[in-house]
Amino acid sequence: MTRMPEYSLSQIDQLEAESVFVLREVAAESEKPALLFSGGKDSIVMLDLAVRAFWPAPVPFPVVHIDTGHNFPEVLEFRDRVVRELGLNLVVGSVQDAIDRGVVQEEPNGSRNRIQTPVLLETAEKYGFTALLGGARRDEEKARAKERVFSFRDEFGQWDPKNQRPELWNLYNARVHVGESIRVFPLSNWTELDVWHYIAAREVAIPSIYYAHEREVFERNGMVFANNEFCRPRAGEETFVETVRYRTVGDATLTAAVRSDARDVEAVIAEVAATRITERGATRGDDKVSEAAMEDRKKEGYF
Amino acid sequence: MELLRFATAGSVDDGKSTLIGRLLYDSKSIFNDQLDSIEETSRSRGDAYTDLALLTDGLRAEREQGITIDVAYRYFATPRRKFIIADTPGHIQYTRNMVTGASTADLAIVLVDARKGIQEQSRRHAFLVSLLRVPHLVLAINKMDLVDWSQEVYEQIKDEFTNFAAKLDIADLTVLPISALKGDNVVTRSANMPWFEGPSLLHHLENVHIASDRNLVDARFPVQYVIRPHQDRHHDFRGYAGQVAGGILKPGDEVMVLPSGLTTRIASIETKDGPVAEAFAPMSVVIRLEDELDVSRGDMICRVHNQPQVTQDVEAMVCWMTERPLVPGQKLAVKHTTRSARALVKRLSYRVDVNTLHRDDAADSLALNQIGRVRLRTTTPLLADEYRRNRLTGGFILVDEATNVTVGAGMIIDTD
Repeated sequence: MTRMPEYSLSQIDQLEAESVFVLREVAAESEKPALLFSGGKDSIVMLDLAVRAFWPAPVPFPVVHIDTGHNFPEVLEFRDRVVRELGLNLVVGSVQDAIDRGVVQEEPNGSRNRIQTPVLLETAEKYGFTALLGGARRDEEKARAKERVFSFRDEFGQWDPKNQRPELWNLYNARVHVGESIRVFPLSNWTELDVWHYIAAREVAIPSIYYAHEREVFERNGMVFANNEFCRPRAGEETFVETVRYRTVGDATLTAAVRSDARDVEAVIAEVAATRITERGATRGDDKVSEAAMEDRKKEGYF
Repeated sequence: MELLRFATAGSVDDGKSTLIGRLLYDSKSIFNDQLDSIEETSRSRGDAYTDLALLTDGLRAEREQGITIDVAYRYFATPRRKFIIADTPGHIQYTRNMVTGASTADLAIVLVDARKGIQEQSRRHAFLVSLLRVPHLVLAINKMDLVDWSQEVYEQIKDEFTNFAAKLDIADLTVLPISALKGDNVVTRSANMPWFEGPSLLHHLENVHIASDRNLVDARFPVQYVIRPHQDRHHDFRGYAGQVAGGILKPGDEVMVLPSGLTTRIASIETKDGPVAEAFAPMSVVIRLEDELDVSRGDMICRVHNQPQVTQDVEAMVCWMTERPLVPGQKLAVKHTTRSARALVKRLSYRVDVNTLHRDDAADSLALNQIGRVRLRTTTPLLADEYRRNRLTGGFILVDEATNVTVGAGMIIDTD
């Protein structure tokens, strides 16, 4: 750890200590927790913190991936490698499978973001998970800025923003009745920049698409999308090769890349520190639907 | 870089949202797409100017009604510090939200309008800051531009507030004249108030000394989780995971485990990066002991000659946070450090009027947002310090066992 003068910690050490505390509280107080792991940078950092929290014992809960089927291959490979190396138990909730069974329907624009919710709830119910750890941060979005670290969900997985449990000091309330659950966000107080500082300080491995690389892309709504099997240019949209990286990793049909030359973690930190656009604003088509898009999705049980 | 958490209290009328907007904007923490989005909303609502309150009022109901319902957390950083703002609503019906925001704050900013001076709610905010023992208080006298940057107005409000604050337990009070709208004395010092020789608000936030606010004297380690790998490689490993709540712990220290009272020594303090020479708050570590004792979650590791009280009788100031009132005879669940118990409300000694500080000895219940002195009897002993000595080992929450909702927050004032 980086020692600061007079027995104080750097902000990264302090955030780490607080998140580790949260992860241990979940393991101690929840009957059957699981950690949501997509292979995205935030869930990787959360998993790294979980490894630290229980070291030298293994992480005492399974990891869950709600798989849209619209994946970046580098990310899926990364997920499988981490799971193998850490000897984790991976549970996959498949959106494709739910579509095939007629449980959910794809939206007209091909996005599977919203229909992840019923698959998430179904998976949680099937395995009886009473707490789900998520990598969401309060700085990402204004509805998330209001959410508790331990966020209570009713038997339908719904968030009621006007009726949240008070959360004081570090005294988290994980109590639920049968059928209800808690979503826990250990990275609540982290910013995008904190995540990158942590990745640098702890030398955390992340998928290659977070760093600048050449890719065949096209422009849509002012954003740069990769030309891949999930996302093809429409008439009038020309493809070209550009040096890009991904700031976020989500459903491949609507996650945009950003133009960037940042090929290593230090360069990414410099870029993130200077950027004037939020990561979701720069890369997610789905948050632009309405002012309260995230709040509405969370009320339905979204991550 | 150090982390500073601060809470802001005041109503929209006092310019609180403008102040937060100013801090975020001038530290380049508002992003273009966020600004575009609130400009769009302001325009569509027909506002005459871009309403910076929209940055923090994240819920649909808040934007529609133009009010702040809940605590919003905002983040910004300067080259010196990272800041977490707990933006709390100011009205009396949101006392519980302010208590929540203040519980983790290193510093609180109470805003007053220079034209109106100290109001009833300013006194309430100061009282809550002292009750929650936020170590540093800033009284920000805002809208100085509307009183012609008058030193006389500043001095008068400062004197009135200082006199009131003397009745409270406030360790560090700083009074600053500002104009959040014009930016005077927020980030840079004001040319309009040459008579003021103190720092700008941001300079104060960046430099206020917080390292010594932490209790480094009373070693307290609430055991959170027992780590036993059950693997060949770590066959004999048995460690106690937790976050240091006070003091400094070192390998070789003679320690006592409560409530058993058994003593041993610290064998090592472990992290995944390797053993460390010492641990202090708020580090999360794993402690190994020299002897095999029966230690479990909820136990406390401390020093032999410096222990918390082991008690089933707890006197505390309680802030009540739910509609159904607190009454003597009620049974509740308690969470204190990593320890859970059940408690019986034995007595309500008095209720405090949060506006006047008047004590009502005849009170027989605490309603939502009311605060009073309560005596509890717990089923198992708590390992408790006075809240004024340590916020982490002196604070507890009360939970309704039927609904599982957190219904109260307690601050221990006496442990006999």
